[in-house]
Amino acid sequence: MTTAYNADEMMTVTAARQLRNGAVCFVGIGLPSAACNLARRTHAPDLVLIYESGTVGTRPQVLPLSIGDGELAATATCVVSLPEVFAHYLQRGRVDVGFLSAAQIDRYGNLNSTVIGDYARPTVRLPGSGGAPDIAACAREVLIIMKQSPRSFVARLDFMTSCGYLGGTGERRRAGFPGAGPRAVITDFGILRPDAVTEELQLVAIYPGATVDAARAATGWPLRVAPTLETLPAPDPADLAVLRELQAATQAAHARALRIDLPRPAQT
Amino acid sequence: MPLLSLREAIAGHVRDGQSIALEGFTHLIPFAAGHEIIRQGRRALHLIRMTPDLIHDQMIGMGCATQLTFSWGGNPGVGSLYRLRDAIERGWPQPLAIAEHTHAEMAVAYQAGASGLPCGLMRCYADTDLDRARGGRLARIACPFTGAALRAVPAITPDVTILHAQQVDREGNVLLRGIIGAAREAALAARCLLVTVEERVDRLAAPANAVVLPHWLISAVSVVPGGAHPSYAAGCYERDNRFYVEWDDIARQRERFQLWMQEHVLASADHAELLRRLRITA
Repeated sequence: MTTAYNADEMMTVTAARQLRNGAVCFVGIGLPSAACNLARRTHAPDLVLIYESGTVGTRPQVLPLSIGDGELAATATCVVSLPEVFAHYLQRGRVDVGFLSAAQIDRYGNLNSTVIGDYARPTVRLPGSGGAPDIAACAREVLIIMKQSPRSFVARLDFMTSCGYLGGTGERRRAGFPGAGPRAVITDFGILRPDAVTEELQLVAIYPGATVDAARAATGWPLRVAPTLETLPAPDPADLAVLRELQAATQAAHARALRIDLPRPAQT
Repeated sequence: MPLLSLREAIAGHVRDGQSIALEGFTHLIPFAAGHEIIRQGRRALHLIRMTPDLIHDQMIGMGCATQLTFSWGGNPGVGSLYRLRDAIERGWPQPLAIAEHTHAEMAVAYQAGASGLPCGLMRCYADTDLDRARGGRLARIACPFTGAALRAVPAITPDVTILHAQQVDREGNVLLRGIIGAAREAALAARCLLVTVEERVDRLAAPANAVVLPHWLISAVSVVPGGAHPSYAAGCYERDNRFYVEWDDIARQRERFQLWMQEHVLASADHAELLRRLRITA
């Protein structure tokens, strides 16, 4: 097995390492789902995964394409309704970590997943809120995973779908949110965390081979760098092997042609 | 609870200009019913769905809808719904008015509708741009007991809710198994409930707490095997993830989309013929 790796793999392995064993995690689809399932298969076997389809404690063998693939229900501790998962689990404060991604993020970790351009006449209409604003508000803390570019890490969001630290320096806390807000943003350059006072995101760790200059060039605001910048280790080959195995199984499962064997003819 | 063909059920219960909720949270999506609405050329519908997906892309692209109430409109795990985007971004084939919520808001709105309440309540912290876009401050209230800030979300009460389910029994009671989303709330919030099912059985083998909709709530049931494809029906068939990926190419351009709809949905007399055309069934 090769030890070379790509940016997605570095991000996913780094994000997985942010999850502690036993945490209850509300998972978004895509990179968050890959990171959570990698964590569950490596250092955090007791990570409790909740997908917004109402699948609680699910242990998928392949990564789901959608938030509600049958695999999630078949391997769940229980499957609850949408009103229940959002009210009884999330709003009631039973979720430790919300794991999100978005089209745009600003320096205070506020997120846009609604539109690029004007809301009434958008240039690009994105899918919209989903459960992200609810998760960003109520999960005890939030992890965000996004590729860094001047188009996605912007000085000003086109639309604030989900609240991070709002304008920073305690504004979120004063608004009374039950959740603490974004703890880390994992990008393809490294990890950003909020400053203890201003809550502005700053680069605190960087991948081997990545540079501060390149990270700054990929950020739409003047990116601050922590006084002591950690250099992260290359992904553990064992983690990489598990991730690749998971992704290969996923690709095979999603490419499979479907045949439906119809039930016995309807009796009318 | 009359057992009708899907053609009769849609012809008899779905009229131009109505609000129609086709629910299903990635599972048990009533594709066959949506296709029949397209074949029968319904117009000016107000479509309601937490997660409008391909069937809504198709209904919107075929000109059935002028309004959409939703909380997430995309092709899950794949990307955009290009027909939905074309309607919002460029007004094609006609402008689409949108009313947008978060998942949690839409869930409480259905619950309120199902409970006969004018609104549902949830916790409220800071306004987002979505709250600002729809005048959210107006919907803030204080709890009369604790003073806690709450957001009031107006109830959703569709004229018609359409669901797909696994089974109907001889009496007309319907069983849903697996991921249920807000299907039960959407069913109970509606003035008229239509259901398509995979199969008819003598008795539902359902535990006491299963999701069963009693026959007297239902206006019509139609037996449509495979009626959720390319979505799925747990215990019957899996989600056709490959089709969801292929849809990205089919729907990207107006001409290819229209041709695909013509050659598949419109050219098929019913869902059974469509599944044969797609080589999903023998």
